[in-house]
Amino acid sequence: MEGIIYTGVPSKEELSACPGIPSEERMNRGRVACIECVQEIPCNPCEGACRFGAITIGEEITRLPVLHEEKCTGCGVCVANCPGLAITVIDRSFSETEASIDFPFEYIPLPAEGDLVDAVSRGGEVLCKGRILKVKKSKAFAGTAVISMAVPKEYIDEVRSMKRLPRRTASDTAGKNGKETI
Amino acid sequence: MEVYRTDIAVVGAGSAGLSAAYQAAGAGAKVLVIDENRLPGGQLFKQIHKFFGSRAHRAGTRGYMIGRELLENVTASGAEVWLDSLVYGMQKDLSLGVIRNGKHIVVKADAVIVAAGAKENYMAFPGSTLPGVMGAGAAQTMINVNRVLPGERVLMLGSGNVGLIVSYQLMQAGAEVVALVEGAPKIGGYGVHAGKIRRAGVPIYLSHTIKSVTGNGRVEKVEIVGVDARWQQIPGTEKTFEADTVCLAVGLNPMTELLWMSGCEFCFIPAFGGHVPLHDASMETTVKGLYVAGDVTGVEEASSAMEEGNLAGIGAARALGFLSEEEAKRKLAETAERLRTLRSGMFGEGRRKAKEQQLEAMEQYRAGTAESMI
Amino acid sequence: MRIIQHPILEELDTSDKVTIYYNGQPVEALEGEPVAAALINAGISSFRTTARNHEPRGIFCAIGRCTDCMMIVDGIPNTRTCVTPVRDGMRVETQHGLGTFSVPSDGGKEDR
Repeated sequence: MEGIIYTGVPSKEELSACPGIPSEERMNRGRVACIECVQEIPCNPCEGACRFGAITIGEEITRLPVLHEEKCTGCGVCVANCPGLAITVIDRSFSETEASIDFPFEYIPLPAEGDLVDAVSRGGEVLCKGRILKVKKSKAFAGTAVISMAVPKEYIDEVRSMKRLPRRTASDTAGKNGKETI
Repeated sequence: MEVYRTDIAVVGAGSAGLSAAYQAAGAGAKVLVIDENRLPGGQLFKQIHKFFGSRAHRAGTRGYMIGRELLENVTASGAEVWLDSLVYGMQKDLSLGVIRNGKHIVVKADAVIVAAGAKENYMAFPGSTLPGVMGAGAAQTMINVNRVLPGERVLMLGSGNVGLIVSYQLMQAGAEVVALVEGAPKIGGYGVHAGKIRRAGVPIYLSHTIKSVTGNGRVEKVEIVGVDARWQQIPGTEKTFEADTVCLAVGLNPMTELLWMSGCEFCFIPAFGGHVPLHDASMETTVKGLYVAGDVTGVEEASSAMEEGNLAGIGAARALGFLSEEEAKRKLAETAERLRTLRSGMFGEGRRKAKEQQLEAMEQYRAGTAESMI
Repeated sequence: MRIIQHPILEELDTSDKVTIYYNGQPVEALEGEPVAAALINAGISSFRTTARNHEPRGIFCAIGRCTDCMMIVDGIPNTRTCVTPVRDGMRVETQHGLGTFSVPSDGGKEDR
């Protein structure tokens, strides 16, 4: 069965009814936030994070966030502020052949600029290679990294993250405190 | 026998207890918080994800950071905190038996706030006692507080927020989650939490349960099986996973032992995890001067526990004259409104109804007692 | 396995080490951590065996509620290892069946 309560992945219908998703026209114009928040849960940090007033929820905090796409500059501050990790910034105008996506990432190791990684769908399926453009870590992000990645244009509606990179065991995780023991 | 006197004693230094202590001490009461654990904060320091709720609930802030702030507030408020101190019993006059540093102390307070929290449910299946089968909360404690990985390949049972969040946190700690299995035909927790583990490639099996866990001395293999609408296993739908750990996220139940000793009245609310104490809007139970807050009043989540703690702290401070009726009323109303927003929406609805049922049972009890006195 | 580096939490400080003895074998532990954490880090998952069927048991709740992780610690049986911090030189033994408290002939002084 389709739908977020059956798969953890919002269906096409759920996404098209979602007030946080920008229009096709706005997406084609350049960087814009894509808020895939389709369930009424009590949560509103995104509203406060946007200093352009491009996201509104209102007094009743279970309402879905509404994106005012004309006010959205695509700055991406909301991306790391969403506790549900449900916001990305999409740029379909990135280049002739590629589009870019900024997505939140909370695993280690982090990729490095220029790395080729596996770009994955909402359901974790590897779709194509993604080229890492930037890895942003800021104190204000409170541990969440925001990764910019370029992918072939035809995949941009499906790509939402990257596959976790393998943790090299023992020596890698031992860190600077010394060798892992036992 | 040593006797310690205080205005308000709080049992439990978690989300609810610390919030209650902060409110009561802030109002000027002498407050003692007692906790069995070596570290304060209850379950807050295990919560490394960003919290939901409103900005008033510090939404967007990670749980353990909220725990640190709360602890600082409590310390600044002048409340005393006894750690490594076990409250083993309560008398009808609310005096508490405490074991601290191997010594027996009786704590006598004019009001007692019990914020004892909840414990994880167990589920039986062949192999469920094998080492490596543990509560999801236990795994969370191991990875986020003790910083050891209980296993490298984990199968999670239960798709409530605990199951979803702990699956995610196990992967953040470096484990693989081989599958999340849920008996119901739909995911119980927030879709966004499910989305995080789906993007990471974790398959979710709905209408499935664990058929058996096998292994030589510890978990090695897990067999899951489909179930029908009446939760009966469907032969032929089995699937097998190699795993070294099975986490059970099958609900929690309130730790009400102390409350039963007090003689306060209970009602049975399955949505809250079982028997829960009757209480009024200021969290006072049917025993005068005995207040409750947090998961012990019915299992919810940390933000609600903090708000209930605020209510209980304000309520107890008012009853002892540390807050004027007017000020207490205003504070209680503000807190109740924040709590209302946490119990709204598609996921809050059930908890809101359960809480209404509990409050109504209290009103009926009080009306009944009033009648019998005429 | 210890989780030294973590995407969210600070790097774990592993500098303050102590040694405990698990059934006589030295096991390295971090000062202040629960016995159960040190054993799990060392790859030990079975902490005791049951009285009737002699089946192994490990941790279940890790918060001192369920008593599945009880062991004999410094001679004291039924010790909840998930909430008992390690101490340098601590002796931890697998508990077989129910714990028994025996009062030694010397009136309770340690004789081991």
